[in-house]
Amino acid sequence: MSFIICDTISKTYGQGDACVKAIDEITFTVRSGEFVAVMGESGSGKSTLLSIMGAMNTPTSGRYLVDDIDVYALDGEKQADFRREYLGFIFQSFHLVPYLSVVENVMLPLTTTGHSRRVKEFMAHEALAWVGMADKAKRLPNQISGGEMERTAIARAIVNNPPVLLADEPTGNLDTRTSKTIMTLLARLNQQGTTIMMVTHSTACAGYAQRVLKVRDGLLIDTPNPAEAAACV
Amino acid sequence: MTLRDIAIKNLLRRKAKSTFILAGLTIGIATIVAVICFVDSTAHDINTKLEKYGANILIVPRTDSLALSYGGMSLGGVSFDVQPIRQTELAGIRTIKNAANIAAIGPVVLGTVTIGAAAASLAGVDFEAAGILKPWWKIDGESPGPAGVLAGAEAARILNLNVGQQVTIDGQALQVSGILAPTGSQDDHLVFTHLDTAQNLLHKPNQISIVEVAALCHDCPVDDMVAQIAEQLPSAKVMAIQQVVKGRMETLAHFKKFSYALSLVVVAIGGLVVLVTMMGSVRERTSEIGIFRAVGFRRSHVMRIIFMEAGLISALAGIVGYLTGVGGVLLGLKVFGKATAAIHMDPWLAVGALVMAMAVGLLSSAYPAFLAAGMDPNRALKTL
Repeated sequence: MSFIICDTISKTYGQGDACVKAIDEITFTVRSGEFVAVMGESGSGKSTLLSIMGAMNTPTSGRYLVDDIDVYALDGEKQADFRREYLGFIFQSFHLVPYLSVVENVMLPLTTTGHSRRVKEFMAHEALAWVGMADKAKRLPNQISGGEMERTAIARAIVNNPPVLLADEPTGNLDTRTSKTIMTLLARLNQQGTTIMMVTHSTACAGYAQRVLKVRDGLLIDTPNPAEAAACV
Repeated sequence: MTLRDIAIKNLLRRKAKSTFILAGLTIGIATIVAVICFVDSTAHDINTKLEKYGANILIVPRTDSLALSYGGMSLGGVSFDVQPIRQTELAGIRTIKNAANIAAIGPVVLGTVTIGAAAASLAGVDFEAAGILKPWWKIDGESPGPAGVLAGAEAARILNLNVGQQVTIDGQALQVSGILAPTGSQDDHLVFTHLDTAQNLLHKPNQISIVEVAALCHDCPVDDMVAQIAEQLPSAKVMAIQQVVKGRMETLAHFKKFSYALSLVVVAIGGLVVLVTMMGSVRERTSEIGIFRAVGFRRSHVMRIIFMEAGLISALAGIVGYLTGVGGVLLGLKVFGKATAAIHMDPWLAVGALVMAMAVGLLSSAYPAFLAAGMDPNRALKTL
């Protein structure tokens, strides 16, 4: 049973002669609990694909369904609710709010939920403990390392237990050792049932995925397995 | 973690910008509060002085001839040749609807007499009422009895009158019981005596030339009272003394209008400061807003954060602006020697300052908030 369905999704930017087709009728499905890596060169359209899957970039055509919800048929506010309930984001450059402490950054997705302050704090501390950041909860983002920022970003992405995790180059700014730690965390999350879509340039990171989608010039060219992906990129 | 926490933390992080917005709004609110306070205290001061002035309604015989002034105020057409007011008619004044507002009724009979070899103006007054009607009178000596006179400063000088001196007025011997300190008014040229005495001397029994009425009129309808008295005295002309204060009140009204207009301009500038600063703040926070939207904040949540920030600063600006405005006026009144003018701490003004500050702050933030809420989260995140 497919949990995520991308049905002939296209995305074009600009009009007329300046029209650029970032995604061209991409179709694929993802099962619940699957770990899928999206690989491709810079400008291939993989980040556009991820933003569409993040309910933040309306496709020009095609349908995007998650758990039978036609995401882009929802209005703007419902899309925001969908992001909060279904998705967790991990960004390459962490995207932590600089004036909020680590624990407050993790609590961000819970801000607009009906949970009490105590419950929010409990959930955030749980998530931080899970990524090994419990002892740095009170620090500000500029007081922690890049790896710790990424772990904070992962804690924020999982704090509300979303069924889908979208990761955009999660190890892009990290050294090899830290990247391994982060990927181990993602693999553990996947083992616990979280569906993960990860954009990456790294074949080593793609090796953690069960399946690799390869994008070139906006087209899904094949779906090699992780072992083949290493040869493709 | 709530939206309010985010708003407060952002304000604390951007101290310079927050202070700038606070200062802009505070100046606007303080200006308005200061203007209102100053105008209020000045108006109150004028009203107090008006009440202290004593008479604020004059009753004179109705006539079409001979303009005369008395006490520096126009009395309309006063003539000694016209049918005078009857003293017995004055009792009707106490029966008007607003009789409770009447503090004193001072009938005056005027006429010319001969003192020694010189002609002089004699005024017969009710000295008890005069105490209320002319509180500025300072008497060297005593208030006269029925057989005494009180000389105005100029009259005493010209007629060479001294306290205790016996004078003969139209053949009747009277004693100068007191001399009036200079008032700068026509009183300085008059010789005063008791109403009955003057009526006898002037051969005007039961006749009254002018009636001065002191009405407690801080808030009373003086025009209504004038109409009510006129109804009781149809043969007399009744008028409110407005000339003295009218000019000042008109000036005050002009100043009031000008000041309010100026204050509105200052508040508008304050609003623009909020608008521009919030716009800048929203642009600076594009990426942050992208994060908020990515983690599931609705547009309304983003708007609420912006409005909360504006609301918090505006509320603070309202309070600080009110205190600054009131403080400024207190200081101004001291510096400009108007210490007698008291400021009335009106709680509604404080509430008004708060409401106005918040209204200006929130209205000025509406567009930036709308802009922030409408931001495309995908584009916002790309700015990172």
